[in-house]
Amino acid sequence: MKELFYFLVYPGLLFAAVAGGLLSWFDRKITAWVQFRKGPPLLQPFYDFLKLLLVKETILPAKGSIILYLLAPVLSLFGATAACVLILLPVLNIQTGFSGDIIVIFYLLNIPPLCYILGALATGNPLASVGASREIKLILSYELSFILVLAAIILKADMNIGLSEIISAQSENAFIGSISGILLFIVSIFCVQAKLGLVPFDIAEAETEINHGSFIEYSGSAYAIIVLTKYIMLITLPAFIGVLLLGGFNTSGVGIVYSVLKILGVVLLLTLIRNTNPRVKIKQAMKFFLIWMNLLAIIAIVLIVFGF
Amino acid sequence: MGIKTHSFKKSLWLFHFGGASCNNCDIEILDCLTPRYDVERFGMKLVGSIRHADVLLVNGSINKKDKPRLEEIYNQAPKPIVVVAIGACGCTGGIFAEGNTFAGPVDKIIPVDAYIPGCPPKPEAILAGIVKLLNK
Repeated sequence: MKELFYFLVYPGLLFAAVAGGLLSWFDRKITAWVQFRKGPPLLQPFYDFLKLLLVKETILPAKGSIILYLLAPVLSLFGATAACVLILLPVLNIQTGFSGDIIVIFYLLNIPPLCYILGALATGNPLASVGASREIKLILSYELSFILVLAAIILKADMNIGLSEIISAQSENAFIGSISGILLFIVSIFCVQAKLGLVPFDIAEAETEINHGSFIEYSGSAYAIIVLTKYIMLITLPAFIGVLLLGGFNTSGVGIVYSVLKILGVVLLLTLIRNTNPRVKIKQAMKFFLIWMNLLAIIAIVLIVFGF
Repeated sequence: MGIKTHSFKKSLWLFHFGGASCNNCDIEILDCLTPRYDVERFGMKLVGSIRHADVLLVNGSINKKDKPRLEEIYNQAPKPIVVVAIGACGCTGGIFAEGNTFAGPVDKIIPVDAYIPGCPPKPEAILAGIVKLLNK
């Protein structure tokens, strides 16, 4: 019963959806300010979601696997929510009952992109296939950097693979306070940018060249669930960075303000990167991650071994 | 006003169909998205796929080549969809109304909810049309 509450209400689906929606508004508002515009109203993400869920018609592909097409958004929502719960439970000092949850989170965070690929391939649309193939290449390039970051953090936390131990290892000074921590922060910010599909790495859903790529055929409620997954990912990944590198979140008293500022700071950084960069080609993205980001992560691991 | 109508009116996503346009209306539509006029204040944004669209903006004269494409786009759109004819060519045919290849103004092909005349209509006129559409 308690597990169901954790998963569905707090800190799971409902909380993550509301917080992620507000973060999505924050992202769009900052974008508007960067471009000297006024931007959308506060409840805009929720209007978008409700409109897609309640008002619009869902069109099914005539040639394609309808079951997979409808199942992919639901599975991606499940994966994102499960990852969010597993990340936020140690933050709230609730025991999840097993150590090594960082590995599980790593795999759960992979479920949404994989489901986007399956859903895109199930539609039978050629542009969606192009988007799916680009998404696969993007996953192949950023996953190695991301797992190197996780390995470095496990090394830094004296080989502890539980999130609670990693948080308690940072109780005195956060990992970002060292040279290796700063390098890991840079790498993880770019990995999160690619995982969220924000602009320098939005190759898979390039709006102007392949018309939303993987999501081109989605409409109505199915697209609403994808939008909801994106909101949840927008809170999950910054919270993951916060837990891994910024010393976790304090959830008592004035500490809440500080925790919220940490998340807003990470999202602000992501938004500014997305507003000041053009879309890269898939070749450039692979080169960026496979050579430069991996190099930075390996330098950080070497520095950790020597105690910096 | 129910939550359905409210959220629909607050979040209209635009899809732009240009017929045989002289590009003036296209530029004026894009003007509405620039910092000066900024229709994102009303929750509108331009989408690339008709499957995500709530509003179909049609401008330019529709000739015989465009007609089946416009019908196809309209049939592919998830309902409910609002169709807005922009510019003199979209509303009536303008100077092309008696042309050889002209296939009729937009409302002869698909049902139209709002007309914004002008050659080209100013961004202010497009915004006024949008506000009237929202209050309908």
